[in-house]
Amino acid sequence: MKYSYFPGCSLKGLGRAYEESLLPVMRQLGVELVELEDWNCCGATAYMSVDEQKASVLAARNLAIAEKTGPQDLVTPCNACYLVLNKTKHNIADFPDINQGVQRALRKANLTYSGNTPVRHPLDVLVNDVGLDVIKEKVVRPLKGLKVAPYYGCQVVRPYATFDDAWNPTTMDRLLATLGAEVLHFPLKTKCCGGSLTGTIPEAGLRLTYILLKEAVRRGADVIATICPLCQFNLDAYQDQIERRWGPARIPTVYLTQLMGLAFGLSPAQLGLKRNFVPMKPLAEPTPA
Amino acid sequence: MTPIKRTIKYEADRVRGFAKEIMSVSGCEQLQSCIQCGTCSGTCPLSIYMDFSPRQVMALVRADFKNEVLRSQTVWLCSSCYACTVECPRQIRITDIMYALKQRAIKEGVYPKRFPIPVLAKEFAAMVRRKGRITETLLVLKLFLKANWRAVLGSWRLGLGLIRTGRFVLRHERIERQAELAAMLAAADNNNGQPKEAA
Repeated sequence: MKYSYFPGCSLKGLGRAYEESLLPVMRQLGVELVELEDWNCCGATAYMSVDEQKASVLAARNLAIAEKTGPQDLVTPCNACYLVLNKTKHNIADFPDINQGVQRALRKANLTYSGNTPVRHPLDVLVNDVGLDVIKEKVVRPLKGLKVAPYYGCQVVRPYATFDDAWNPTTMDRLLATLGAEVLHFPLKTKCCGGSLTGTIPEAGLRLTYILLKEAVRRGADVIATICPLCQFNLDAYQDQIERRWGPARIPTVYLTQLMGLAFGLSPAQLGLKRNFVPMKPLAEPTPA
Repeated sequence: MTPIKRTIKYEADRVRGFAKEIMSVSGCEQLQSCIQCGTCSGTCPLSIYMDFSPRQVMALVRADFKNEVLRSQTVWLCSSCYACTVECPRQIRITDIMYALKQRAIKEGVYPKRFPIPVLAKEFAAMVRRKGRITETLLVLKLFLKANWRAVLGSWRLGLGLIRTGRFVLRHERIERQAELAAMLAAADNNNGQPKEAA
């Protein structure tokens, strides 16, 4: 299986542990990710706030490059990139004025875009293309006894995702169960983490993060599993500030792909686990059979 | 003496044509069919911090109260989680309407001054135009310097943590064909009827 791979800026910066764990895990599963040639920032929520037409052009350049170079399916692990690239794909198809502006800009780079690049999230690829049975075969160290709160974040399921439910997605739950983990019922699984408001309006943004942390702790989770670099950063890096404001809320937050790597027998160092502010406890040594 | 303030809007406070302008933005046409049910305000995780609830913003836009919505804190508190858009029984893309309002507030320079979000959005856009990619730590440093330099001192713990965990990147990420991207963005600048960028 071969895919174009759009890492997004975060996976080269604050979220580099996501890429460090995604790549070896995908390799073990026989999934080849080909990094998109000269990809640019998707624009995220910020560019859309400044200029809609340019935001569409930014995202469209990536879609057009993927269409030109192949492989056709474009995999992007960041929830925000996933949303923006999908949204642009939809807007180009639905609104002639946006399409016109985009095509005119693309011509400046001798690019075209005919709408044929499916935008996929690794979670979708893992569950629907690779399959849970294949993943199960790779598990050498089941996450037995590890209580995990599955946290999807918002933009991966709303409003453009087709692979799971907008409010109660279950793909990650099922994948974690396949790894042998104890998956907790976590009703806040798609509630907003605060996004960039944690930095810009902390009294509101950090409160949203705090609600998630507190609920995961209350439900007895050992760890929160995420699939978005901004969610991971918010939940992991601000616990000091949150505890100073509102009281105890300490719990490690790791990427789904890091938990997969551990279950596949990779070492924490190979999976970027040392990059956590709040470290995850090492798994219990497997008892010899 | 405390100055008194009129709490009811006069018809003269309206800016004729504003509702039409917003509803002409691709994806925002459905605003016309809002039934003021308040589902958006109920699902919004941030409405408790807003000066106007999302439902009120919909009503204000539709009634041409441009100055009120563009100066509101509400549009900047929207974190784009799309909960309202998914739940709206009239299929109004509320998140996209918030974007249309943000773009106009930035263009006209009327956003609330103590909110660093528009500053972040503008610095973000500027870095993308110059480098093609975002280097998050450099962006945040820039934001602090522009909006609130004292915040740098207040966040020293966070900064140290990022250095300790090897997540503090000081080298600019950039694309190779920056000129190509610049030409594309310039072509987007003079599009028919689209507002030009303020930054």
